[in-house]
Amino acid sequence: MNLTLKIWRQKNAEAKGSFETYQMNNVSPEMAFLEMLDALNKRLVEEDREPVAFDHDCREGICGSCGMYINGHPHGPIPAITTCHLSMRYFKDGETIWIEPWRAKPFPVIKDLIVDRSAFDKIQVAGGFISVNTGSAPEANAIRIPKKDSDSAFDAAVCIGCGACVAACKNASAMLFVSAKISQFALQPQGRAEARDRVRAMVTEMDKLGFGSCSNTGACEAECPKQIKLTNIARLNREFYKAF
Amino acid sequence: MSKILFASISKKFVMALAGLFLLTFLPVHLIINFMLLRSDPVPFNSAAHFMATFPLIKIFEVVLIAAILIHITYGIILQVANWLARPTGYVSGNKSDTSFFSKFMIWTGASVLTFLVLHFFNFYFVKLGFVQGDPEDFYTLAHKLFKIPAYNYIYLACFILLGFHLYHAFSSAFQTLGLNHRIWTPVVKKAALIYAIAIPAGFAYISVTLWLFR
Repeated sequence: MNLTLKIWRQKNAEAKGSFETYQMNNVSPEMAFLEMLDALNKRLVEEDREPVAFDHDCREGICGSCGMYINGHPHGPIPAITTCHLSMRYFKDGETIWIEPWRAKPFPVIKDLIVDRSAFDKIQVAGGFISVNTGSAPEANAIRIPKKDSDSAFDAAVCIGCGACVAACKNASAMLFVSAKISQFALQPQGRAEARDRVRAMVTEMDKLGFGSCSNTGACEAECPKQIKLTNIARLNREFYKAF
Repeated sequence: MSKILFASISKKFVMALAGLFLLTFLPVHLIINFMLLRSDPVPFNSAAHFMATFPLIKIFEVVLIAAILIHITYGIILQVANWLARPTGYVSGNKSDTSFFSKFMIWTGASVLTFLVLHFFNFYFVKLGFVQGDPEDFYTLAHKLFKIPAYNYIYLACFILLGFHLYHAFSSAFQTLGLNHRIWTPVVKKAALIYAIAIPAGFAYISVTLWLFR
């Protein structure tokens, strides 16, 4: 496949960025998207040019590092996958691919396609935990939890904090992320003890960092690589009202 | 406590409650408007007089005006914050599979507000004595207005946009209030569609009938 790449290049956080065009010829449809970027970077290094900076780590769809906005979608046009799972076979020969960083005020661009997502860490630190002493694991059946609740909690806990929800939302809202973190604790007895303080602290931090509010458009759910549901946002709202 | 009271979720909660209250008013207004189709002006004018003078309705009126102002104010505050949350947009646009009408709520809301201002000048301010006219004969006033083609064009356009606004607003308000249910949420969404078509269609029917067939 021959492709035209339009990639956002930005030297550092302060620099004014712009799109640069790269022609990629003979791209194999069997390649992963990040492999294609690796091939581009190899070429750029050989040409003594600055390679494109992009986040990546596990390349197994579980670390949430490889966030980039591809042709109008976070993680590309295929639902329920991260960029590292995106294959070049989903693109057509001759296609122009626009690659942009996440765009949100709380996610400033550090370089090229890399954004600073420490805003999510700050929200987590504000309350996304349970206060227990570390030590040996307790007996698993000491606290019985209905299967339905543990399944729902697990479905929320699979959030990898990649930021696709923020990137997709027209308001750059972090509600899906926060709701997943709230839900994974709210649904289990271990999390109930601190539920009130947790939701107050995490929502306050989310607002302080400058994320937008939720308009219930559903873009976050549509683009989430882990398919976190909007029902979690309704639960976050309920938990917040209970915390008054 | 102030952080919680003025949190984005709290604002959305108040906005949703105000919006749901406004949703209850529209069918009442529509039922009264249907009396405009009768050749006898007395039922409509009596209903308008009752709405303007009955003490319980006067309290309802104050709550209604407050709900409109709160809904608009919080809508604008939240929208500005949302715009500020993304100072730089995407060149490749946003192609996510989302609720279409939810993307334009501020603009459909603004068009409803524009109509509301016009409507207040035509009727409500007459009742309050700010604008000249006979507050005891809104029937004749309405019939005269519906004979003006330009008024009908604006009226119909605004009600179509109101329908778009209502369609998303109806179900979105329930989600904001935390009311999401496996069985009931799809029912609410269907009810939203019916409401968003029936209410504007009812108002439009009266407008077109009085304009072209009377």
